[in-house]
Amino acid sequence: MKKILTTPIKDEDLADLKIGDIVYLTGRLVTCRDVAHRRLIDQGRELPVDLKGGAIFHAGPIVKKNEAGEFEMVSIGPTTSMRMEKFEKQFIKETGVKLVIGKGGMGPETAEGCAEHKAVHAVFPGGCAVLAATQVERIEGAEWQDLGMPETMWINKVNEFGPLIISIDTKGNNLFEQNKARFNEKKGPILDRIKSQVGFIR
Amino acid sequence: MTEQSPVEVMTDVMTKFTSYIGKRLPTDVKGKLADLRSKETNEMANVLFDSMAANQEAADKLNRPSCQDTGVIQYFITVGAKFPLLGELEEILRNATLGATKLGPLRHNAVEAFDEKNTGTNTGSRIPWLDWEIVPNEDSAIIDVYMAGGGCTLPGASTVLMPGQGYEGVADFVFDVVTSRGINACPPLLVGVGVSTSAETAARLSKKAILRPVDSRHPNANAAKMETLLEEGLNELGIGPQGLTGNSSVMGVNIESSARHPSTIGVAVSTGCWAHRRGRIKFNADLSYNILSHEGVTL
Ligand code: SF4
Repeated sequence: MKKILTTPIKDEDLADLKIGDIVYLTGRLVTCRDVAHRRLIDQGRELPVDLKGGAIFHAGPIVKKNEAGEFEMVSIGPTTSMRMEKFEKQFIKETGVKLVIGKGGMGPETAEGCAEHKAVHAVFPGGCAVLAATQVERIEGAEWQDLGMPETMWINKVNEFGPLIISIDTKGNNLFEQNKARFNEKKGPILDRIKSQVGFIR
Repeated sequence: MTEQSPVEVMTDVMTKFTSYIGKRLPTDVKGKLADLRSKETNEMANVLFDSMAANQEAADKLNRPSCQDTGVIQYFITVGAKFPLLGELEEILRNATLGATKLGPLRHNAVEAFDEKNTGTNTGSRIPWLDWEIVPNEDSAIIDVYMAGGGCTLPGASTVLMPGQGYEGVADFVFDVVTSRGINACPPLLVGVGVSTSAETAARLSKKAILRPVDSRHPNANAAKMETLLEEGLNELGIGPQGLTGNSSVMGVNIESSARHPSTIGVAVSTGCWAHRRGRIKFNADLSYNILSHEGVTL
């Protein structure tokens, strides 16, 4: 059965989630990337959106206005989450955000933030921007439009948005860190075998 | 209707083709992804493969670029010295990029160096990037279009080894790049390796390598063997789609090579992501054309 999280997300919704679990999101999803993070953390500006119990998406979408003058989501793929590593722990603390979605893993600081404030990081499959756009029911608002289309905080109503693979859970376990260690462990013996067969210079 | 000039005809085709390849994957890549998906036994990886397939279907149906990052546009040109529009090609491809940016639409991905301003047109100094190979006595032209996305361009690396490090050093270099930076480049990757004489010759060849079909092999037996060894070895790591583990890591490993200085081994790696958006089109002298990379296309 699909596990679906609904905003506002409560601590108990996330308590049993483990890294590697797959979930979907229904409710409100706000795009939030480099500059919005910097404005809150570095410049101490107040966010124009209340994110308590909320979900953010590291993404810079393509949005168009239809004939009725409403915004329409064309394409919304995840961007590399690691760029936000510098800010995320503090961001989680100050906003009370519960679900951070992006591409690739995040580092030890974010893992700490997730453990301390009971939040999770999840991965939406990279390159699947049209699939994601079809899961956005409508755009409910757009804040900080002065930042331009990719950096604007787009407030989306989403329905079963996903798959979202939990990469950091509320215990601070980090899937990408564990995988990396596994790859590095396997690498040595494989390389030894290859090297024994490519001594072309004699 | 007034008749189009030859330059207009070719610009029009290249505009449509450049836009087209952002929406639909080439036949070989599509086939390879389906193949990897059918052999996948990891449940999470299968969910990801399903999402990728669903995304490509939606992009096709809705006629939208399949990934929001439509990259920096690069053209790799193999043109006969007698191709009638040889001298006009640069202008044609620049205008095709401008046109495709509106038609796609493509994301604006050309930031002028040092001015640090996005030109908003996907064109700028030396962009679209053109790579030339001139073939004597031929009158046709083959053009490879490639969308170099940010994620899949980031792992790119090049170095010069000492001969003592040998092909063993080449294997080390490829594994280091793929396991450290390749993970975030939306695997399964197509890995291009250049083995050559210096940093820049190897780099160019590594990029040309990912323009080759995924299952193609280097004509030299040792090089082909190395392609297979690297491919099998990387797959054994089990990086999986999005680096989240699975039965595969790569769609393939392609090596391109040249002769080298006795004292150097230039080696480079370029990676293509699963959404490996490239296209190959051949123009004859009369500007009739065949699309070689995608089946069943109407532009
Ligand atoms: S690596 Fe490729 S599929 Fe992934 S976001 Fe970049 S261009 Fe898209």
